[in-house]
Amino acid sequence: MHIVVCVKQVPDWDIPPASFKVDEAAKKVVPPPGVAPVPSQFDAIAVEAAMKIKDAVADTKITVMSLGAATARDVIKHGLAMGGDEGVLLVDDAFNDLDSTGTAKVLSSAIKKLGDVDLVLTGRQAVDWDLGVTGTLIAEMLGAPVITFAKSVNVANGNVTVERVLPDAFETVEAPLPAVVTVSNELGEPRYPKLQQIMQAARKQVNQWGAADIGLSKDDLAPRLTLEQLFVPVVDTKVELMEGDSPEDQAMALARRLKEAKLI
Amino acid sequence: MPNGVLILAELVDGELAPITQELVGAAQRLNAGPVSAMLLGSGIEASASKISGVEKVYVVDNPGLAEYTNEAYTEAAAAVAKQADPAIILLGQTNIGRDLGPALAYKLDTAVAMDTIALEMKDGKLHTTRPAYGGNARAVNSFSGTPAVATVRPKSQDTAEGGAAGEVVKVDFTPAGVRAKVIDRKVATAEGVRLEDADVVVTGGRGLGGPEGFEGIEELAHILGGAVGASRAVADLGWRPVAEQVGLTGKVVSPTIYIAVAVSGASQHMAGCSGSKNIVAINKDPDANIFKAARFGIVGDYKQVLPAFIEAVKKVKAEG
Repeated sequence: MHIVVCVKQVPDWDIPPASFKVDEAAKKVVPPPGVAPVPSQFDAIAVEAAMKIKDAVADTKITVMSLGAATARDVIKHGLAMGGDEGVLLVDDAFNDLDSTGTAKVLSSAIKKLGDVDLVLTGRQAVDWDLGVTGTLIAEMLGAPVITFAKSVNVANGNVTVERVLPDAFETVEAPLPAVVTVSNELGEPRYPKLQQIMQAARKQVNQWGAADIGLSKDDLAPRLTLEQLFVPVVDTKVELMEGDSPEDQAMALARRLKEAKLI
Repeated sequence: MPNGVLILAELVDGELAPITQELVGAAQRLNAGPVSAMLLGSGIEASASKISGVEKVYVVDNPGLAEYTNEAYTEAAAAVAKQADPAIILLGQTNIGRDLGPALAYKLDTAVAMDTIALEMKDGKLHTTRPAYGGNARAVNSFSGTPAVATVRPKSQDTAEGGAAGEVVKVDFTPAGVRAKVIDRKVATAEGVRLEDADVVVTGGRGLGGPEGFEGIEELAHILGGAVGASRAVADLGWRPVAEQVGLTGKVVSPTIYIAVAVSGASQHMAGCSGSKNIVAINKDPDANIFKAARFGIVGDYKQVLPAFIEAVKKVKAEG
C-alpha cells in the first residue's frame, strides 16, 4: 500500500486579523515579521488520515509531497516526523505562481513518476486560497475517482471507503483503488510528533525534483485562472455601541435600535 | 461561438433550492447573453417548469442520477454544456457544486473559481471576486478559456423573481462506469431552523465559559426564530455539536442578523459570518475584532447583558 499525501506550506493563518497585510501591486500576502510559514491545516490532517491507515494496514508506505519554495522541505519534514516514510519536494522556477490546474499538473506528474501509488490524500482546501479544487484535479489528471470532504478513510480489499461530511447528511462512498481523497477537519486532530520522531525525520530521504524530472515545461503549466487583484476588504461598518448606565439600559437601547432598523 | 450563461439548478425534496433562483438572478445581472438552466436527477422533469427567468431548461432525467456522485454528474453536466455551449457556467457553492465544480471545469478544459461572492463583466469577460486567506483577503480572478466556471456562495446574490418558465430541452444521457459509489446515506434531521437558511443566527463563543452559557443563546435564538451557532473553540471543546460551527471549517452563513455573544471574531470565524447583513456583538473586550465588523454592539459582560437583552427583546416585540 503506497499513499501519497500532498502538503502545502502556507503563511501562518492563525495570526490576529490586524497583522494580515497584502502587497496589492505584487498581489501577494506579506507575512508579519518573525512568523514562520506552516503546513496548511487540512494537509496535516491528511497526513493523520494516512497514518491511521498505516496503523491498520501492514506494509503501508507514506510519501509526503510538497510543491513550493525550498522552505517547503519543512512541511515535508513535519509529515515525516508524524510518521511518513519518504518525501518529494517539487521546486523549479517554472512552478512559481501556478494556478490550481498547473499545481495539479505538477503533483499528478510527480505521482505518476512514483508509479505504484494506491491512494492520494490532500486537504479539503489550502488555507491560503481556500479553493478546494487541487485534489479533484489531481484525480482527473490521474484518471482516478475522487471523494471529497472525508471524515474517515479506510482501505480494504482494494477499495477505499470514505465517510463524507455533508451539512445535512452522512454519506459513505466507496471506490476502487487507486483513488484520491480530500480530507476535512472532522477526521480529527493531527498527531503531534515526539522529539525522537523529529530527529528520525531529519534522516529520512527527501527527493527533490524539478520540471524536467517529471517531464514538464513552463508551457504545460500556463494558467487558466488569472489573479487580477488581491486586496484586504475595507470593513466600512462603524459599530454603534449602546450607551447606558446599566446593562439593562444598554440592552434596552439595543433592542429598540434593532426594532427601529426593522431587524426584530 | 459560446454564448450566454448556464446555471445548475438544484432541488430539495422536489422543490427548487433557494440557490437556483439566486444563480438565475446573478446570471441575468451579468447581461452576458441568454440565461439557461440545467437540471440533473431522476424523476425530476416535472420540476423543470418551476425554474423561472430562463430561456431554456436542459433536463437530464436518468435513474443513474438519482443520487449525486461526482462522476455521473460531471459527465451529465459536461454533456449539457457541450450542447448548450455557454460562455459562463454558474453553480452554487453547495454540497453538489463544491464537489462538481472542479471536475466539470477540467472536463471542459477550463478553470473554476470557487465560492465567489461577486461577479461582473469587464471588457466582455467574467471577473469573479472571492474570499481568500480565511476571509482576510478578496481575490479577483479572470479566465483565459471558455466556458468560465464559477461556484457562487449561497445567499450572496439577490433572487430572480418572476419571469416565464424556460423551454424544456431533454438531453439524453446515461451515466456509465461510475467507480466512486454511495453505499450509505442518512439524512440528519435537524431540529428547528437550518443554520445556513436561518434569517437570524445567535452564536456563542468561548467567552461564555462553558456549555451552560448556551442556555441564554438558545433562548434568544428561539425568541427571534433563529438558529444557534458556535465558534470553533466551542465546538472543539465539545460544548456544542460541530454541526453548529460557523467559520472557515464550519458553516458559512449570511443571515439578516447575526448576533455574536462572547465571540472574539478570529479571522477563521469571520470567514463564516462576514456575509451577514447586520452583525450585533456583545463582548466585554472593547478591542475584540468582532466589533470591527459589527453594526451594533454592547461592551459588557454577557452574564449581565444577555439576560437583560432577552427581556428587552421580549418587551419590544410585545409592543408590536
